[in-house]
Amino acid sequence: MVFFLEQLVNGLTVGAVYALVALGYTMVYGVMRLINFAHGDFFMLGSYVGFTVLVKVMENAALPLWLTLILTTVIALASVALLGVFVERAAYRPLRKSSRLTAVVSALGVSIFLQNAAMLIWGARYQAYPPWASPTAKWIIGGVTLSLMQALIMGVSLVLMVALYLFVQKTTVGAAIRATAIDHDTARLMGIDVDSIIRLIFLIGPGLGAIAGVLLGLYYRQIHFTVGWAYGLKAFTAAILGGIGNIPGAMVGGLLLGILEMLGAGYISAAWKDVFVFLILILLLMFRPTGLLGERVAEKV
Amino acid sequence: MGVLKLKRMNPDQPAVKWLAPAIILAAAVLPFRASDYWVDVCVFWGINVLLGLSLNIIVGEVGLFNMGHMAFFAIGAYTTAILSARYGISLWILMVASGLTAAGAGYILTAPIIHLRGDYLLMVTIGLNEMIRISLINNPFELTGGPNGLIVLDQFRFFGYVIQKPRDFYFLVWSLVAIVLFALSRLQHSRIGRAWNYVREDPIAAEATGIDTRWAKLLAFTLGAGIAGAAGTVFAAKMMVISPDSFTFMESVTLFAIVILGGMGSMPGVILASGAMIVLPELLRNFAQYRMLFFGLAMVLMMIFRPQGLWPSKRWTTKLKAGEGE
Repeated sequence: MVFFLEQLVNGLTVGAVYALVALGYTMVYGVMRLINFAHGDFFMLGSYVGFTVLVKVMENAALPLWLTLILTTVIALASVALLGVFVERAAYRPLRKSSRLTAVVSALGVSIFLQNAAMLIWGARYQAYPPWASPTAKWIIGGVTLSLMQALIMGVSLVLMVALYLFVQKTTVGAAIRATAIDHDTARLMGIDVDSIIRLIFLIGPGLGAIAGVLLGLYYRQIHFTVGWAYGLKAFTAAILGGIGNIPGAMVGGLLLGILEMLGAGYISAAWKDVFVFLILILLLMFRPTGLLGERVAEKV
Repeated sequence: MGVLKLKRMNPDQPAVKWLAPAIILAAAVLPFRASDYWVDVCVFWGINVLLGLSLNIIVGEVGLFNMGHMAFFAIGAYTTAILSARYGISLWILMVASGLTAAGAGYILTAPIIHLRGDYLLMVTIGLNEMIRISLINNPFELTGGPNGLIVLDQFRFFGYVIQKPRDFYFLVWSLVAIVLFALSRLQHSRIGRAWNYVREDPIAAEATGIDTRWAKLLAFTLGAGIAGAAGTVFAAKMMVISPDSFTFMESVTLFAIVILGGMGSMPGVILASGAMIVLPELLRNFAQYRMLFFGLAMVLMMIFRPQGLWPSKRWTTKLKAGEGE
């Protein structure tokens, strides 16, 4: 039982990260019908920016740890969100009217570019987050270990996801986003500035990805320029699992994927865990091609 | 516009009449003039052309998104390595066997998911690629040698002559390319080829005209996987060591990009684009570490300024003509 609960906690932690990244995929897909393959790389860049800020700036600043972490996250978030908007402007907007395949290839191009840029800037080897930056406190509740870092990841993700959900469901801007997701032209007729909405999506998505990147760096300490692909793929799987284009779906999919992965790793085999992940995806899509909470949006091809 | 392109591409035109023999002559002379290094580069170019052509059937002809094509290449290469080490069968036979194994795997793996549309199919093929790669790493039944891979002991033999030197491989690979090119160009104009294109252009209309779209899609996947599997044998013989590192998702993505950048459904496009991908970086050796950076940038710029690809398929115009004729 204790083992099961520990795997559950680990799964929820990783799942929360997947969910945060999946939100970026799902929002872009919902509004633009584009698989933004570069999204995982925003996450990776967030991780690296956080690393650089911690090592180059915060080490000498001698601020309290909580302030250091907040500042680092904010800097990573801001820079990656700006990059997201720039990428949208440069690589996706010119293609908005052309076939969807061209946009997918463009996204792949951006991804390859960002990955290699990161490799040239930060090197091809693993970089390690400084040990002092991660909170080390942990609690043992009924034999189950829960570290402060895990609680932090789950807490931050939960707050961000709820905030995003409320923002999209309850505010005027959120209504505009939903309207744009349904039909760009009609939304434009209603006086919605579709370009601004898409820009906003590309602020929020990469921004959330960057936060996830910093959290993951603090949790695992090791970062590499290929984590964008690895986690991006999982997050994208999560988005599809939940039904792509659906915000609560991305959250459910992310958490579920994390839990399944960790239970699979714990009970069956760690080496085969990624195979289970994809097997689950394939089985799900065989029987429910729109994902768990999916609507028919994704059917438009 | 479309008709103009057809005119330019017309094989009766003197320019094209000249071009083909000139290229064949240059290709025949090249391995005797160039250094072994460059001949090797051309061998890998050829292997990539084989892969690109096989993926082109799936992506270009039928319009199915497959970003996991390296999985079938891997299945072919591993089949060759395993069977040749255990039973010492001739590589020629193994090339056929690997092709059939990969084709079978292509059929079995894609039959349950072939109904998925666009992005979902794309995701699942990525998943398949990763599943196969991870399985190879995990060394099931002690067959695949895990992360270190396998050593391929045998070589192709041609009437007792061992195909070993870069030049031999050059002729082997490009002869295969020629055979595949010929076969596929025949296929393109056959009933099957036209059925594929209808499925790509409008699956619902294709279904309505009596084409079994599921069968057409599966046939494309099976055939594409089979050719990739056979190419795997050549790759295994050339490399002599194969490991899961050669069959990553990234390789599949690059291959997918080659097909799109060449021009969907265009066979000369595949040759050009894979040449650009394999040969150009060698020419720009001093910039080798920026190679993928440029490649990514080129993908974005190509899509913005030339979305139809380097050498667009002329069947866009055949389609137009067919439309006019009806």
